[in-house]
Amino acid sequence: MAAKSNLTNMLLVLTGTCLICSALLAGVYSVTAEPIAQTNKNILMESISAVVPDGVQISDAKPLSVGGKDSEYYECSKDGSVVAYAIKSEATGFGGALTLMVGITTDGIVYNTSVLSHNETPGLGANCTTDEQFKAQWKGFDPSSKILAVKKDGGDVDAITASTITSRAYALAVKNAVEAYKNIKGE
Amino acid sequence: MEYFLIIISAIFVNNIMLAQFLGTCPFLGVSNKSSTATGMSGAVVFVITLSTLVTYLINKYLFLPLHLEFLQTIAFILVIAALVQMVEIVLKKISPSLYQALGIYLPLITTNCAVLGVAINVVTKEFTFGGGPAHMLNLGEAVVYAFATALGYGLAMILFAGLREHLELNDVPKAFKGLPIALITVGIMAMAFMGFSGLV
Amino acid sequence: MTRLQTFTKGFFKENPTFVLILGMCPTLATTTSAINGLSMGLATLFVLVLSNIVISAIAPVVPDKVHIPVYIVVIATFVTILQFVMQAYTPAMYKTLGIFIPLIVVNCIVLGRAEAFANKHGILDSALDGLGIGLGFTMSLTVIGIVREIIGMGSIFGYKFISGDGILVFVMAPGAFLVLGYLMVLFNKIAKKN
Repeated sequence: MAAKSNLTNMLLVLTGTCLICSALLAGVYSVTAEPIAQTNKNILMESISAVVPDGVQISDAKPLSVGGKDSEYYECSKDGSVVAYAIKSEATGFGGALTLMVGITTDGIVYNTSVLSHNETPGLGANCTTDEQFKAQWKGFDPSSKILAVKKDGGDVDAITASTITSRAYALAVKNAVEAYKNIKGE
Repeated sequence: MEYFLIIISAIFVNNIMLAQFLGTCPFLGVSNKSSTATGMSGAVVFVITLSTLVTYLINKYLFLPLHLEFLQTIAFILVIAALVQMVEIVLKKISPSLYQALGIYLPLITTNCAVLGVAINVVTKEFTFGGGPAHMLNLGEAVVYAFATALGYGLAMILFAGLREHLELNDVPKAFKGLPIALITVGIMAMAFMGFSGLV
Repeated sequence: MTRLQTFTKGFFKENPTFVLILGMCPTLATTTSAINGLSMGLATLFVLVLSNIVISAIAPVVPDKVHIPVYIVVIATFVTILQFVMQAYTPAMYKTLGIFIPLIVVNCIVLGRAEAFANKHGILDSALDGLGIGLGFTMSLTVIGIVREIIGMGSIFGYKFISGDGILVFVMAPGAFLVLGYLMVLFNKIAKKN
């Protein structure tokens, strides 16, 4: 059973527990910090290579303003010359922020897109990560000949069934990435 | 405008109880009577706002500069526990009547996960309001968010207590008596609150 | 109570979800699918067993008046370790369960077992108690997850057996309350018969 309390042993036990636990956590943290960073990097690299041509070298993150807010992009080069850019872009969907990685080749055509994070409704807006028809239309999307808005708004993007707001946000995020791409090229 | 959106979003759209399930145990525990539900709501509003203010400052001026983020969980829960004790002592001294009203609910609050949940959410999650960009909350927004979230919790609890008082008088099948019928009622309430989604 | 009873009581007689009604937040929030419920249950099991062992070991030297803060610190330590490990090796699951991993700290089951069992019993008994209650919790969460996934998505552990969507409301917030409510009715019925 518990020991009798007096000021000395209360202070001693509380401080001792806190010190031991903090030390233990600091230890575990230093051991797992490396794998955590590595895992996060792997996830990012996978999402980039999914949206740009195969076999490219991916640069470190570079700062870029996308849709009026701070974001970043990655240069993808093959044999020393840049062939595509992967741009992180964000818009507000139905349930909160919808973050995409948009790959654009140097001819200004969208190579592919992938979802980094979202808060959309399961089975409705969340289908933007699984709906094959919706995903396929971004491959080779040419923003110079097609309008980046859902058909309801007079554009050329097929919306996900019953999820216009999510589709709208998706189209907006791609549009912002395309605008940002023009800025990179203009520099 | 920004603050207004935060308030609407926290009370209705992302109601902490009905959409995020934080603080379910005390919600089911003390919602038998309207009076206890009101008392608990008052205590929750008080503690969530205060603890979020304190944990936000600790995180920003102590943990981030010193790279001690790994102590967040452990430190926040201790801060909350200590704060609840302190509030209890201070209330007893300066406002016995308020202590009478909230006192018995205060010890229960330490283990109310809504309190720790809000504190952690505020320092780790990015928020979007009304189509604006996702961002970490600043101090003013954090406090307003915490206050509004707690109000949403109180609203859900007081509404539910009203329903539950009526439920008591009704003849429900034996196996449904007590908690099961209460849970099903909350389910229907949560459906009603889903009507708010997409509003902000 | 025999060791076997210590271990098995969490499955039915003292089932944390359906009998003791503890730890409702993760029960409702993380059971959107069978696999999510199972993972949350196992995460809680991990913390429960380790904190039970440590608390039963240190209980004799902890002064009575500060025992709650000390227990909370021990529990929070294991929760944070779990956070790091999951972040490093199961990042997708960590993201899905989100805030409910750090919130294991305030899960009444964990502190409840420390108070009601671990500080009065030996290390082995406490470990068995934690394992039993943890497994009971895991089973309950998995069952709720299975039911919600079948009705809501038309799949089980991710394998779809009907084409198209299910009744979506069951994977959203209201479905959690409804399924738990009806399962509790079923549990009451069965418990009455025995």
